Amino acid sequence: MNNDPLIIADKTYHSRLLTGSGKYKDLDETRAATEASGAEIVTVAIRRTNIGQNPDEPNLLDVLTPEKYTILPNTAGCYTAEDAVRTCRLARELLDGHKLVKLEVLGDEKTLFPDVTATLEAAEILVKDGFDIMVYTNDDPIIAKRLEDIGCVAVMPLAAPIGSGLGIRNPYNILTIIENASVPILVDAGVGTASDAAIAMELGCDGILMNTAIAAAKDPVLMASAMKKAVQAGREAFLAGRMPRKRYASASSPIDGTFF
Amino acid sequence: MYNTAHLNSQHHVNMLITLNGKEKSLNENTTLIHLIEELGIADKRIAVEINHEIIPKSKYANYAVRDGDTIEIVHAIGGG
Repeated sequence: MNNDPLIIADKTYHSRLLTGSGKYKDLDETRAATEASGAEIVTVAIRRTNIGQNPDEPNLLDVLTPEKYTILPNTAGCYTAEDAVRTCRLARELLDGHKLVKLEVLGDEKTLFPDVTATLEAAEILVKDGFDIMVYTNDDPIIAKRLEDIGCVAVMPLAAPIGSGLGIRNPYNILTIIENASVPILVDAGVGTASDAAIAMELGCDGILMNTAIAAAKDPVLMASAMKKAVQAGREAFLAGRMPRKRYASASSPIDGTFF
Repeated sequence: MYNTAHLNSQHHVNMLITLNGKEKSLNENTTLIHLIEELGIADKRIAVEINHEIIPKSKYANYAVRDGDTIEIVHAIGGG
């Protein structure tokens, strides 16, 4: 599938599975699962350094190095446009001018659904500031298009609440978003297992960003491998074009030549 | 004669900053690079914001920390 690249902000990727780096047991597991997933883009959070604690503590970016992975800093935990913009600017400084960020502005702690108006506001500011924004949003086709029009380089609708593992709850909305789009559409949040990933890709999503489905599996490294295959299988099935659904049977063996 | 060395040492511990949400006392004339070295994070991938303004790495050496500064030092951690 080398002739079917994913292009985000003019950069070419061969994996359509993007992973988060949270919720793992330790950095060894983070590294092993990330490698098994085949991900080339990995999202990270920006937080205060632990002042006064063990200075020899390994750093995430020593394990997932910017030389090997495209690091996608996120604004997870931000509930205002101001906090999200501030986080992106710190991330850019942290990563030596790196422009690609994952914008999310949350509206509610229980659902972690996006605050759409604050997301639009932050996206406008960040685009003017030169960022390449991959934006987390809900599965509303109108808002998805508006985020694209603002200048986001990828739009990432949720399939179900973050960390819920409930799967693709509204495939028709995701499909409408894909049909309307001229930037990559990635499902971000909601995938629970490999079949969910395949379903999203069969709809025509350009990629999937997931974290908990891998990190919270009993064997995260094995699940990462499963997700890699599911994303590839779903993509190939989408490109192959599935057969039409029929209500009744259609024999696979010919009737002609039967001798009974 | 009184002990001027003693007065000087008193004189030098007279700044109070807020570092990552906690108060910290600092010697006067501390530059940002001194602070980062003291914290043992000079070789880490970090970003620094002072009073909501990002300080580029190239300015750490010459940036004088001032009394009352609110400093945030951040890094990347696991997240989704």
